[in-house]
Amino acid sequence: MTENGSRIASPADLSARREQLIAEDVGIRRILVCSTGCLAIGAREVEAAFREGVAAADLQGEVQVVATGCHGLCAMAPVVVIEPNDVVYGRNRIKYVPDVIEQTVKSGEIIRRFCFGRDPEMAHLGDIPFYAHQTKAVLRNVGRVDPQQIDDAIQRGVYEAAGQVLTSMEPDEVVEEIIASGLRGRGGGGFPAGLKWKICKESPGSTTYLICNADEGDPGAFMDRALLEGDPHSVLEGMIIAAYALEAAKGFIYVRAEYPIAVEHIRIAIEQAHERGLLGPDILGSNFSLDIEVREGAGAFVCGEETAMIASLEGERGMARPKPPYPALRGYLGQPTIINNVETFANVPVIIGQGGVKFAESGTEGSKGTKIFALAGQVNNTGLVEVPMGATIREIVFDVGGGLPKKREFKAVQMGGPSGGCVPASYLDLPIDYDSLREVGAIMGSGGMIVMDETTCIVDIARYFISFCAEESCGLCAPCRFGTVRLKEILDRICGGRGTIDDLNDLERLAEVVQKTSLCGLGQTAPNPVLSTLRHFRDEYLAHVADRTCPAGVCTALLPEKEVATAAKEG
Amino acid sequence: MSAVDIGPALDVLDDLAPINHGHVIPLLQAIQDRYGYLPHEVLLEVSEQARIPASHLYGVATFYAQFHLEEHGRHTVRVCKGTACHVRGRQIIQEAVDEELGIKPGQTTEDRRFTLETVACLGTCFLAPVVMVDHDYYGTVNPDKVAEILAGYE
Ligand SMILES: Cc1cc2nc3c(=O)[nH]c(=O)nc-3n(C[C@H](O)[C@H](O)[C@H](O)COP(=O)(O)O)c2cc1C
Ligand code: FES
Repeated sequence: MTENGSRIASPADLSARREQLIAEDVGIRRILVCSTGCLAIGAREVEAAFREGVAAADLQGEVQVVATGCHGLCAMAPVVVIEPNDVVYGRNRIKYVPDVIEQTVKSGEIIRRFCFGRDPEMAHLGDIPFYAHQTKAVLRNVGRVDPQQIDDAIQRGVYEAAGQVLTSMEPDEVVEEIIASGLRGRGGGGFPAGLKWKICKESPGSTTYLICNADEGDPGAFMDRALLEGDPHSVLEGMIIAAYALEAAKGFIYVRAEYPIAVEHIRIAIEQAHERGLLGPDILGSNFSLDIEVREGAGAFVCGEETAMIASLEGERGMARPKPPYPALRGYLGQPTIINNVETFANVPVIIGQGGVKFAESGTEGSKGTKIFALAGQVNNTGLVEVPMGATIREIVFDVGGGLPKKREFKAVQMGGPSGGCVPASYLDLPIDYDSLREVGAIMGSGGMIVMDETTCIVDIARYFISFCAEESCGLCAPCRFGTVRLKEILDRICGGRGTIDDLNDLERLAEVVQKTSLCGLGQTAPNPVLSTLRHFRDEYLAHVADRTCPAGVCTALLPEKEVATAAKEG
Repeated sequence: MSAVDIGPALDVLDDLAPINHGHVIPLLQAIQDRYGYLPHEVLLEVSEQARIPASHLYGVATFYAQFHLEEHGRHTVRVCKGTACHVRGRQIIQEAVDEELGIKPGQTTEDRRFTLETVACLGTCFLAPVVMVDHDYYGTVNPDKVAEILAGYE
């Protein structure tokens, strides 16, 4: 039997270890305290209070306090889930902990005021619509394990798919399995992952490199952050499987430095995986070896773009390079390189676990599996959600998200960040997948969904995204460097009450030029928010230039004096 | 200004040896970790020791928002300019912070108490609008709360 902390020598050893961990935990109830996103609002203190409370009540033998990743329902932060029947409590404060231990942990009573909507009928996870309408596949372990304990991951079955692949499958078979699954890249572009791997395998080179794109630069997106913070071992497992399939011996995780907890958790996970022989030489006795290095980004949005990321890893300014050649052919140090997003890698063990064909049964014709979205903006249940591909915007915003606060009216949802677009209310019943969104002028993007109501000015949003891209342009190519600034100037004019009808035509023409002539994805997609809003909200632009009003009451230059004062107060 | 101690930079070079071109960003990050910024004397010394042209070090340092060439204030205030914060009124928060500190993003107060920065999403959009001071988050901030938050940092 494997000793705690020692090397795991084979898949059989891994299973034995898992059985042992499960046996050790029989009869233990756990209090799962989110200790990642909720840290921003006092979760660390709440966790400590639970530990003390459990000790004071002499419950250590049967109750365990676990610091987990995100439970998803960030609107109720700090969130705690209490086993055995998953009582969900929100807005936890230290002073309430003794009551929770006394009444709920000890006696199984529900305390109404901590429940979702202060409704005791919604005390349990399965009763809350936010959870009932989700399908947790990729997020299955997030909120259930202590991400700093590899044993928690092993107990939940992480690394079993890697064991199976390394000892009983040929690399080509793995690629075929991913192709069969229909998995498309979750970083925004939606390129078929298996196909990319196949192209890479056929590329000439002495070494193949693997890069996990954890730069998550889209403002308003926090899916990758939640995965790395809450279940880093599943991301590593996906990378091990990919590296084996591609016969790569070296991997990088390029992670945004603005995510200190994600950086810390992935580093700890790598160290623990090395100790157990799940990374490094001869993984699980298979003769296959892999090293993974963490690199922190340095605050440049463009480095999320794959060729700029490679430049950054090579120690250069993060400037994009012309494609082709694509990184799969010539990437890091000129060698074949696969870059995939965090969520793409996290899907890989799921696919191996159930088989590619089975995976392809879920989702839509062209988009398989599930997608994680970060729901934010004017919506009640802000948080992290996972739904099958093909769910409608209405299901996500209203069934899962609980609709808009203060009964405000849904105006649009912004998807895909600075490369995406605004989807108006008329498409609430659109089943979301890569292709349907493209047809309405938006993109799936990486999964940020910002809900907007009638108090959001669409022209201001277009200006917001263009300013973002103008600031983040790497400056290498002229269409993006100048074009984004010119677009911003036109939008500044319109929001400032000095716009004309001609400005709208200029916007459209210039946007198309920037789209078609920029070097990399940043410039090519920067005009999308402008074009999509012009397409769906032309009336609102016209109100700004023809009637000199801002219907949402945001553009102060277009408001009567007294409204300026109240708008400033209300925010 | 007093001369900068080169010692910590030499330790960094030792830790990362053998240094190649690909290490430039982790190298600058480690130096900034030790000094709080990238002092000119240190960059020149590193350039010499690591045989990386100073022009390259500066090229990289000025490209990435994370690096700064001047000493920061004792506390860093970061106002989120992400989308979720934008639609929940981050502009008026920014204005309130600018006014309270009397500086613009990228600047440091004269008494070196605060440096003001903006950040594109802190990943805590459920708290929008968000202000971060050093490692502390402040959520659903309104302009009236700004002075009170900043008063907590000396
Ligand atoms: C300006 C720009 C920013 C990007 N940022 C990210 C990012 O933060 N994370 C990400 O995974 N992909 C990002 N991408 C997409 C990557 O270039 C690349 O397509 C992706 O990492 C491939 O992985 P996937 O196929 O698994 O999605 C960005 C692209 C552009 C043009
Ligand atoms: S947009 Fe401000 S924290 Fe995400």
